[in-house]
Amino acid sequence: MYLGKVIGTVVCTKRVTGLEGARFLLVQPLDHHQKPVGPPEVAVDRASASPGTLVFLEGSREAALACDPWFVPVDSAIVGIVDEVDV
Amino acid sequence: MNLCRVLGTVVATEKHPAFHARKILVVQPLDEKLSPIGTSFLAVDNTSSAGKGDVVLVLHEGNGARQVLGDKQAPIRNVVMGVVDRIDVGSR
Repeated sequence: MYLGKVIGTVVCTKRVTGLEGARFLLVQPLDHHQKPVGPPEVAVDRASASPGTLVFLEGSREAALACDPWFVPVDSAIVGIVDEVDV
Repeated sequence: MNLCRVLGTVVATEKHPAFHARKILVVQPLDEKLSPIGTSFLAVDNTSSAGKGDVVLVLHEGNGARQVLGDKQAPIRNVVMGVVDRIDVGSR
């Protein structure tokens, strides 16, 4: 799991079976100082996030488990909206 | 599993149901000298006693994570499995 900031939305009409209802957002991964780490990535939104929101994401196989249906080709999912990071 | 230092906590109200009543920690990976290496990430606390500044043992594997959390569908991969008291690194 890691922190990220939603920086945009992705419109994608033609998509594979299983991802019909999924909402794609463009997310910049962040470290604990909320500084960007690596390139932005496209994540499935499972927490009703919007651009500008600080979120936390799950990657790899576990990202798909956050989706409904869960047997989907997803490698990044927003699983929560961050209220506060206390470091 | 690897060694990490707990940097703090993340507060989130709106989140996947699998995270309800679970503590989310910000952790920094460490090397054998306990110096930071790489980028910080988040992990679910399964020890209920890890606090800021503690050195902890973090699992990075989904099946093991789901096993200890007792949730077969939890979208969780990083789990704090223990609080480290001491590490001894020998020089041979």
